[in-house]
Amino acid sequence: MYEEPILQVRNLQKQFGTGCIECRQKETRKLVKNFCKSCGTLYACQDISFDLYPGEVLGIVGESGSGKSTMMQCLYFDSDVSSGEAYIHTPDLAGKNIFEMSAQQKRFIRNYVYGMVYQNPVQGLKMNFSSVGNIAEKLIAAGNKHVGQMEATSKKLLENVHIPLHRMKEEPRNFSGGMQQRVQIAKALSNNPPILFLDEVTTGLDLSVQANVLDLIKGIQRDLGISMIVVSHDLAVIRMLADRTIVLLNGKIIEEGLTDQVLEDPQHEYTQQLVYSLL
Amino acid sequence: MAMLEIVDFGKRFTIHHLGKTMPAIQNINLSLEAGEFIGIVGKSGSGKSTILKSIYRTYLPDEGKIMYDSERFGEVDLAQISERQMLYLRKYEIGYVSQFLSVMPRTTCRQLVTNALLEMGESVAVARGEAEKALAHFELDPKLWDSYPNTFSGGEKLRLNIAMATVKKPRLLLLDEPTASLDQQSKIKVREIIEKLKKQGTTLVGIFHDIEFMDGLCDKVYDMQTRQLTITKEVVSHES
Repeated sequence: MYEEPILQVRNLQKQFGTGCIECRQKETRKLVKNFCKSCGTLYACQDISFDLYPGEVLGIVGESGSGKSTMMQCLYFDSDVSSGEAYIHTPDLAGKNIFEMSAQQKRFIRNYVYGMVYQNPVQGLKMNFSSVGNIAEKLIAAGNKHVGQMEATSKKLLENVHIPLHRMKEEPRNFSGGMQQRVQIAKALSNNPPILFLDEVTTGLDLSVQANVLDLIKGIQRDLGISMIVVSHDLAVIRMLADRTIVLLNGKIIEEGLTDQVLEDPQHEYTQQLVYSLL
Repeated sequence: MAMLEIVDFGKRFTIHHLGKTMPAIQNINLSLEAGEFIGIVGKSGSGKSTILKSIYRTYLPDEGKIMYDSERFGEVDLAQISERQMLYLRKYEIGYVSQFLSVMPRTTCRQLVTNALLEMGESVAVARGEAEKALAHFELDPKLWDSYPNTFSGGEKLRLNIAMATVKKPRLLLLDEPTASLDQQSKIKVREIIEKLKKQGTTLVGIFHDIEFMDGLCDKVYDMQTRQLTITKEVVSHES
């Protein structure tokens, strides 16, 4: 291999429920989709392993309930994993499983290494803070103290995501869905994260706003070389953004490859169905 | 070694909902040296595009080898190298021009070509300059530079597509039916473009419906029906 990944995920497991004799052994478990009928345990992520390389956009596709968002929440520490390992290859974090780190270390990663854009802006923004205040919140968490500097940074970020500056003191709850999403992107970018998670960022936006957001994301990736994981059920979005793509079904990776290869020469039955459904 | 050497290559498609595996192509052998232009001809459905897409890894190869002499990695089998290596080659060494233009929505023609260079790590100033040169080189009307390509004609889209691929100065350029659905005038233009690329030393693999269009341009012709590789260079120099 000629390069080192920035994020390595190995055997990530997330289950809801304790499991029973029928389903504890992963080799022999019999599930209906990802659900154990005898004990009601749901296996949301099963043995997910992948690498994310510097400057790369990795697409994650799959139907609703396939485990895409759960995986992102686990990586972002919004939710604990059941088991598994993940490594971030930056000088101060290399060689340590991030899932086993202390709450303080996890907070450090969230504040300095990660950016997250949720599908629902309510999760990522404080709707009753001003937009500029939302960004300042993240900047303060990342150790900034100078109010003037923070305001200048926030202004620049909001400008980058095309939020008119005369509205920067306004609360995001007054904004349209597309604007809220862009404030969220500005907030996620404010600590210059090397890794950015984007969860269904264009879902529910009209085509024109979607084009804006896509262009913005592509530009950010090009100019800043940030590594991104983009979760979407929209194959067109994945085709535009992702270099490589992973297909999830029932919490498992069933296929991965170069994005155009996954879309034009899908190998798995489910991926073929998915691609045939493309408009 | 040759720049590209395809050995006993084959590709099958497994269609799950039909429960069938269909062989697309088998036993393909061909090679080309740096700076050569090879034309692949054959009926539609004979597997021309399959070869090209397999070289570019849009299709996963099944049998055989696709040996490529990379500047960065040395001699590699394109059927085996990692996805990340393939992405590197796509960025810096191998270009692909498809019949259809598939680009970011609401991005101007000028910006698209500039972005291709920015992705390679060029500075904004260099990228802008080179992009304009490329657009002018492929005779796209400057009036179109700041408009969105979904309003372009077929010929204009194709030239933009070629500009986006060639501005990166790939060592190997794959052309998937660059003349399909074009009128005679536009075809002649494409032919001129290919001549220019050849003069710059680009190694080219092209797929063509109409073999006569390529007369005098190709160094080699590969016929999908007969599986024969014909060297046409001598004939060409004789004619001229």
